[in-house]
Amino acid sequence: MTKRNHAAWAALFLAPSAIPLVLFTLVPMVSSIRISLLSWNLISPPRFVGLENYARLLTAPATARVFGNTLGYVVGYLPLVYVGGLLLALALNARLPARGFFRALYFLPVITSWVVVALVWKWLLNPSNGLVNAVLGAVGAPQPGWWTDPNWALASVIIASAWKDLGFVMVILLAGLQSIPADLYEAARIDGASARRTFWHITLPLLTPSTFFVVVISLINGFQVFDQVYVMTGGGPEGASQVVVGQIYDLTFRYGRAGEAAALSWLLFAVILAVTVVQMWGQRRWVHHD
Amino acid sequence: MTRAWRWVLLVVVTAGAVVMMFPFAWTVVTSITPDGSLADGPTLIVQDPTLDAYRTLFASLPMLRIIANSIGVAVACTALQLVTGSMAGYAFARLEFRGKGVVFAGYLATLMIPLQVLVVPLFIQFKDWNLHDTMLALIAPAAASAFGVFLLRQAIEAVPREFDEAATIDGAGHLRIFALIVLPLIRPALATTGILAFMASWNSFLWPLVVIRSPEFQTLPLGLATLQGQFTTQWDVVMAGSVVSIVPIALVYLFAQRHVIAGVSHTGLK
Repeated sequence: MTKRNHAAWAALFLAPSAIPLVLFTLVPMVSSIRISLLSWNLISPPRFVGLENYARLLTAPATARVFGNTLGYVVGYLPLVYVGGLLLALALNARLPARGFFRALYFLPVITSWVVVALVWKWLLNPSNGLVNAVLGAVGAPQPGWWTDPNWALASVIIASAWKDLGFVMVILLAGLQSIPADLYEAARIDGASARRTFWHITLPLLTPSTFFVVVISLINGFQVFDQVYVMTGGGPEGASQVVVGQIYDLTFRYGRAGEAAALSWLLFAVILAVTVVQMWGQRRWVHHD
Repeated sequence: MTRAWRWVLLVVVTAGAVVMMFPFAWTVVTSITPDGSLADGPTLIVQDPTLDAYRTLFASLPMLRIIANSIGVAVACTALQLVTGSMAGYAFARLEFRGKGVVFAGYLATLMIPLQVLVVPLFIQFKDWNLHDTMLALIAPAAASAFGVFLLRQAIEAVPREFDEAATIDGAGHLRIFALIVLPLIRPALATTGILAFMASWNSFLWPLVVIRSPEFQTLPLGLATLQGQFTTQWDVVMAGSVVSIVPIALVYLFAQRHVIAGVSHTGLK
């Protein structure tokens, strides 16, 4: 190994990635901080207002509502995809015929874009002539107004999102299941452990690193939910399903309050960062490491 | 597991797959249902199937152009990310230079910043440069991805150094070692990175929504959202648009399915 300094070569190899990252991440990041201190509608000259945007957001009822809706989305979505994904992973980890085919099938919604998923479910959950309500009506069950009803709008978004991401969680947990050493199961079998005990005392604890990954990623992505909400409900009816990113978009492009939007995006970043740090810190208590 | 249990499990897994696939089937069924009969409520068997919805779709939006845009942008972003990412990965894995740790940490730090924080200033930036509402605006911000750099650096570090040392003795420089020795050996990682880049670009919605105004620069997600605004109650047309945008990516998936799933599960095993 030569101990030479390769500074010139390094510059050459790094420039193609460093230039776009500086130009399209670092520079906008810095200007986002600056914009969050302005009162600006993107047209007339901006006015410096200091921390006023942050102060206003922290006291505005709308902020609490959009963060509450976003949290509601995450809380509804995560158990659904985790339990569903775990059941699928367990089923498809068993020795079944054509299990590669089934895995590929269950994964298909993951590659479908959010806009398509949102449109397809908006149609399935159409209150008047959608399929879901037709089936519910046929069995005599109540037919909710889904995305047209303030009480059901967020639930509609959660159902569509869970359908799309189930296969993703399944694949992550399958990889986790396959990394559990087979001799542990063998030992449990020799000791006469029941299937239930094996699941609770071997499978679930040894799956915690994958579970941790699913939870971290789901929370990071969940707090940034936008596409499916924008398409399915537009944040409505009457703001009942408005989420933080939807509010950032509306503040900028509808209400001409770009400064407030930038400030809100930093509040969102702070929340995501805090949630992630708490999880990283808390993982020692429940994630298995060997 | 007993034989009987395995059968039960197979039945359950099959039933689950049918339920999971049903929305796709329903999309296709709706797209070939005559517009008038949709209001009567859903029927699984279409009495007189028609391609009217597809005709309306292609007549009201520049669909072929939109599909070409989506493919073009996704291919360009993927190619750029592979080139920029593998070069940076090589620098971090193989070159010695001052401040390497700090620079690498800086790359990883960009992963922390969500798109929502960047989207407003980025839009203003492109507007100032008079480059908003162009294809370039869709491609340039995705020219490099720190996550791709991270994946490819890992892969290059796993390549035994004896290979490059042998080549150095033969008089090869860094460019030749990179292109002729390292790149061919990290093909699986390139496939993973490429697939993740392609999917991210193909599905991207918020940034195109913000930066694109003209129909001729729309990508599929944006075109579909526009379509829904135009044909609020004509679900046959909206579903025809959904079918058209699922088909290309489903074809890619059909051939690259193993790599896609391997790539995604790889991201979970850090």
